[in-house]
Amino acid sequence: MRRLKSLFMTLGKYPTSIIALVIIMVLLTVSIVTVITIPYSEARRLWSTSSQAWEDYPKRAEPVWTNWFRGGGSKLPPTIIRSTKDVEPLSVESLGSAGVAKETITEIVFDFPYRVHPSELGLTFDAVFETSAPFARITWITPDGREYQVYDSAIYKRRHSLSSDQPLQRALGTFPLLGLFSSPDETLRELSYETATTPQQGTYTLRVLARTFEAESTLDVKLIVYGRVSGIAGTDHMRRGLIIGLLWGTPIALMFGLLAAVGSTMVTFIIAAIGVWFGGWVDSVIQRITEVNLMLPLLPILVMLGIFYTPNIITILGVVILLNIFSTAIKTYRALFMQVKNSPYIEAARAYGAGGFRIIFRYMIPKVAPILIPAFVTLTPGYVFLEAALAFLGVGDISLPTWGKILNNANTEGALFQGQFYWVLEPAFMLLITGLAFAMLGFALDRIFNPRLRGI
Amino acid sequence: MEPRENTVVKTIPGEKPSGGSEDSLLPKIKRSHPAWRSLRRFARYTAVRVFTLFCTVAVGIYLAILIANMGGYVDTIVEGTIREAVGSQAANNRAVLLMSREDRQAWIEDKVNAQLASRGMNRPFIIRSFEHLLGALTLDLGRAQFLSSDSGSKEVKRIILERLPITMVLFTTGSVVVFFLALLGALFLSRRYGSTLDRIVVAMAPTSTAPAWFYGIFLILIFASILKILPFGGMLGSSIPKTPLMYALTVLKHMILPLSAWVISRIFLAIYTWRTFFLIHSEEDYVELAKAKGLRNNSLERRYILRPTLPAVITAFTFILITSWQGAIVTETVFGWPGLGSLYYQAINAFDTPVIIGTVVIFAYLLALTVFFLDIVYALIDPRVKLGKEGAQ
Repeated sequence: MRRLKSLFMTLGKYPTSIIALVIIMVLLTVSIVTVITIPYSEARRLWSTSSQAWEDYPKRAEPVWTNWFRGGGSKLPPTIIRSTKDVEPLSVESLGSAGVAKETITEIVFDFPYRVHPSELGLTFDAVFETSAPFARITWITPDGREYQVYDSAIYKRRHSLSSDQPLQRALGTFPLLGLFSSPDETLRELSYETATTPQQGTYTLRVLARTFEAESTLDVKLIVYGRVSGIAGTDHMRRGLIIGLLWGTPIALMFGLLAAVGSTMVTFIIAAIGVWFGGWVDSVIQRITEVNLMLPLLPILVMLGIFYTPNIITILGVVILLNIFSTAIKTYRALFMQVKNSPYIEAARAYGAGGFRIIFRYMIPKVAPILIPAFVTLTPGYVFLEAALAFLGVGDISLPTWGKILNNANTEGALFQGQFYWVLEPAFMLLITGLAFAMLGFALDRIFNPRLRGI
Repeated sequence: MEPRENTVVKTIPGEKPSGGSEDSLLPKIKRSHPAWRSLRRFARYTAVRVFTLFCTVAVGIYLAILIANMGGYVDTIVEGTIREAVGSQAANNRAVLLMSREDRQAWIEDKVNAQLASRGMNRPFIIRSFEHLLGALTLDLGRAQFLSSDSGSKEVKRIILERLPITMVLFTTGSVVVFFLALLGALFLSRRYGSTLDRIVVAMAPTSTAPAWFYGIFLILIFASILKILPFGGMLGSSIPKTPLMYALTVLKHMILPLSAWVISRIFLAIYTWRTFFLIHSEEDYVELAKAKGLRNNSLERRYILRPTLPAVITAFTFILITSWQGAIVTETVFGWPGLGSLYYQAINAFDTPVIIGTVVIFAYLLALTVFFLDIVYALIDPRVKLGKEGAQ
């Protein structure tokens, strides 16, 4: 305990290491909070491509906070959701003599003060019926009073996209989004995405005429004006909030990096000790394996493994550790153990009749073990980036949200071509601070544990 | 040299020999010329290295074969090749064409099975795996399942040979730039130890934990997406330039970003490590003595600092190169650079097993050749190789 305290005192002399420690603490806290608040199964469910949790979110939307840096005129619209459930109907009328069928007229209104078009327009129907489906006639009313009939049919599916409705596009003579949001002085036929400048600002109304034909039958209509900003971290091409990937990426990256670093270093250390103690052919076999292993094309082999077997992250971790056991570090540790092997206390242990493994594990390893601490820290970012590289290549567990996976999606979906920088910058930023924090701390620890470097 | 050597040797027999093995070596050394001796040691060193590297390549390839075979993928390569051959045989055989559909199918199956048996496919895997290994080692890489070379060939060897020079151009240039920039930078900083620039470079050293592809993303974002002055990726752009000069310039323009990414990701750590080598060595007593003698900085650096540290520098550089070669897959994918790494990525996405294995084989060879080349440089620089172990002690 006292040694740990003095270690922290020495670390205080390196200001960068304090920053690094703070960052690592924050990352650890984020990891723990994430794992507790969003359980693993929930994260996988949310991230899976078939998840319905994101259907009310826009595609490729920027983070909400980017609006803070935009002037009043160029602020991007957020998603606006209005439902007939939340407003009182204007009129309810019984149809026919049986008194079962009803006609309900409801108006939902929303304010649109933005000078940028929304990204999509959609309706969600919540219909309850047994045999005869309800009917809806929906009218879109612009702020200046023009009316467009956007839906006139029985309800046959749950979701209906207005912005990609072909009949509506033919009726309007232009893209529905442009037609429905255009200013009165713009002639509809000439509108295209290139010439359309700004949508009309003001209060839009959606008049919903719903007919139900059974006593217990109801129909609720939800209007979704998909925005161009969403959530703290924005969304991807499948409407998923990036925040889930960014948050869950943290424990995965830290776990992978730390376990790989600690696991491979410890095994390397033990093997180096065994080699030195037993010497002879054991030592030379270990040396030869190291030489061979150093020059193996590890990443291509790992990628191959990932493609042919689609292993989960734990298996990948195990293989990574296995392939990194016989690393250059074995030579450094070997040199250290060589010095230890000849020290008097080892001879004393031999004199009382201690066996080889007892000497290795009780006397040799504890003596040099502190040297491992900087190695744990310095090696971690390398493995974090390795995991990201594998995910970036699309290798491994597809349904696991990680930073590399977000980068992979961004790359294959051409985020940089289309100017969706947040999609690339957010995971990159997480990777960068994780990598830098561990590297900076590792550099400081290296100098503390390696006196030869101290002055330099 | 000759007379002096003799006098030295003559005095030794009178003294007590230091060790048994050296005693038996002495008569041999006495007869040979020192240059010959150096050459022999050099040859032995080279032979040992070639052997080790060859073992590495073999192990790497065997590992790849094992991985691929556990899913039965290696056998599909062989079977695919046979099936194709038998299919074209059937198409050229009138008798077979006149058969009924079932008979023709049976005829093909029969032939395929016979060929499989003649190739020894019914033998245990352990034997066949060594045959595969031999095939891979002699670069007999089979035919691609889906991918083809730009010239239309399906032969894996041709596909790879088309991509290899493209990768070499990028990474050889990158290595040379990193090596000289880092060496000059490290020497410069070791002279100005403790200056602001020195502190900045030391503080920047942790940035090298991020690999080249990671910096590549940022560079593309800045120079291609925002500034729009450099291309997003690729090597030639939309049209192939007509004159050789234009061709070279276009390639150069496309090379700027991947090359920069590669240099940025390696340079600071290399400068920091080598600067530290130099600083530690400049505290040695013999350097202090040389300083006291009043030797000029220039020759002090060259003869007393650079000379003894260069082997360590070369070793460090070898590891930089090895890690970077391996990173080529991701770096090339990010930049769309049509080299081996991109080919590997394409093969992965197309699930083209022969190309995947073929590329791993070439990667193994490439790594080994790089290391071999640097080993030779190392041997030329390090006096211990020339003088042998006794010389160093």
